[in-house]
Amino acid sequence: MRGNIAAIMQKEMARFFGDRQMLFNTVLLPGLLIYIIYSLMGSGISQMVSQGQDEVVAVWVENMPAGLSWMPEGGEGSMVVVERAFGQGSVDSLADKDINAVLVRFPAGFDSLVAAFPAGEVPNVEIYYNSTNNAASRAYTQLTQMLEQRYSAYTVNAPQFEGQHYDQATPDAIGAMVWSKLLPMLIVMLLFSGVMSLAPSSIAGEKERGTIATLLVTPMRRSELALGKVLSLSCLSLLSGLSSFIGIALSLPRMMQADGGTIGMAVHYAAADYLALLLVIFSTMLLLVALVSILSAWAKDVKNAGTMVTPLMLLVMLVGLLPMFQGDAEVSWGVSLIPFYNSIEAMTAIFSHQMQPLMVLTTLAANVAYTAAAVWVLTRMFNSERVMFRR
Amino acid sequence: MTDEENIVLQAKGLRKTFTLSRKQQRIERTASRVRVAVDGVSFSTRRGEIFGLLGSNGAGKTTTLRMLSTLIRPDSGDALVEGLSVVEQPARVREKIGFLTSELRLEDFFTPNYLFDFFSRLHGVPQEECHRRKAQLFDRFGIGEFAEVRVANLSTGMKQKLSIAVSLVHDPEVIIFDEPTNGLDVLTARVVTDYLREQREAGKSIILSTHIFSLVEKLCDRVGVLIDGRMAACGQLAEVADGLSMEDRFFEIYQRQKGGEQ
Repeated sequence: MRGNIAAIMQKEMARFFGDRQMLFNTVLLPGLLIYIIYSLMGSGISQMVSQGQDEVVAVWVENMPAGLSWMPEGGEGSMVVVERAFGQGSVDSLADKDINAVLVRFPAGFDSLVAAFPAGEVPNVEIYYNSTNNAASRAYTQLTQMLEQRYSAYTVNAPQFEGQHYDQATPDAIGAMVWSKLLPMLIVMLLFSGVMSLAPSSIAGEKERGTIATLLVTPMRRSELALGKVLSLSCLSLLSGLSSFIGIALSLPRMMQADGGTIGMAVHYAAADYLALLLVIFSTMLLLVALVSILSAWAKDVKNAGTMVTPLMLLVMLVGLLPMFQGDAEVSWGVSLIPFYNSIEAMTAIFSHQMQPLMVLTTLAANVAYTAAAVWVLTRMFNSERVMFRR
Repeated sequence: MTDEENIVLQAKGLRKTFTLSRKQQRIERTASRVRVAVDGVSFSTRRGEIFGLLGSNGAGKTTTLRMLSTLIRPDSGDALVEGLSVVEQPARVREKIGFLTSELRLEDFFTPNYLFDFFSRLHGVPQEECHRRKAQLFDRFGIGEFAEVRVANLSTGMKQKLSIAVSLVHDPEVIIFDEPTNGLDVLTARVVTDYLREQREAGKSIILSTHIFSLVEKLCDRVGVLIDGRMAACGQLAEVADGLSMEDRFFEIYQRQKGGEQ
């Protein structure tokens, strides 16, 4: 009886790979589009950043400390440093983004405050600038970096500079954090778009065109039809998701370069991480395909199926966004029983180098169990004349 | 073989109702939430005979055949195909029957060649047997030269002939055809009726539904007349016709039935 599942799967594959248009739309196009869009976005951002590269920025410094060897005039970023006091009026005038200026105010007796630190008053440096002015922005970054370098070596507890903190994380850890917040949602969305391009037309479409009824008068069991459909659609949707993934993987570095290379992208994962990721993705795909198949089987036609799937898509996207709002709170074991949330959490953990084998395993088991339940429901639906011949 | 042993298919009190939507209720001007499509239909067919189910549009012919082919379940009653119940053992029944109706379509994307192999596989027909039958049926219905043309590009007649061929991949004992000559030209229709005669000679049991009286007179051994979901007359063709043409006889039965209701 396994032969029938294979027959259905082969038919779905033949349908898919035999149709160049479909192949192009679902496999080639998503990856290509993402690559092009992200790359364009990346070069757009870097253009924005490089704007004002050769503009001169006036830097007014109040209470310049004697011990500070200030940036040479006309040096990197073309800053002109002027020692002078400034009032609130000057600060307010920075609201005009066309004014290339940064205002720095040291507290009176800054040097003695630093020397006395940590006793006494915290030496606080106020820096005013307009972040929408690119030249001023860059000057601000250079100034703060310089202050950091100068004073972090000076005392164990570095003085606090406004808007600045000392990041001790390694580039790998920063990269892992970015990946772990960003990628799970991206992956789930790509999987979803893969499923959406295939499952409704394969099930609601066959129903609409009356070709599924022809299958229903063969001795094949309804469960074989359901399983054959879900398995083949999962494989094909995975292919579509993979294409999008490659598009992202190729374009992300260009996008991150635009950021000035401040986010380290050199993240390294072990083979076990990749294997766990693949299994989590595939089990999520199975469940997703099974659920979309159920909705498609219930729908009257392909269009109706699209409408019915939308709430599920929004829900899954919402779940995908959760890691961005969460801290690194310890995730409880029960979470791996909640569909989709479990996959998101598992992927977040894998990307942030905190994979727990038990959590991954329960996630896999839960996804497979839910898929089995969904296939059972789908089988019942294929058996129901009310569902299959609904007009 | 006695007549009893010859019986291949036996329908017993088949009944099917459909729930009406509010809109349908308004259109049909009825207060009833259900419409009885088929009401207690019983009949039987034998080996080596063609049974004609005659009736006007909406008389319940297709619904009856859909119940026999297990696509839908009767509300009450049952039908036995070679002793297997359509209610209890639908999958086994499907092994025994070949069903053709306009709502069963073939995927536009595929070729006749592919579809024949695909459905043979689902019916568990061994590969060699599949090739032999494909050659035979494609030759018989003139599909051969279109074997590699996608269904989307076939003519209506060719699609119908392919549907017939696909419904017979497994050489079923019971052939259930709903309006098989609909949309076919005279020549093609003739190919189909000739084929059905041959199948009768080969000992198959054939049920076909139609509203074409001449087809019944030419082809059928026994006939059942369905009016408003009820079997108004059933028996040997000559018995039912009772000296009249089938058309005249049908009107007589129809008027008597309708008159009786009023």
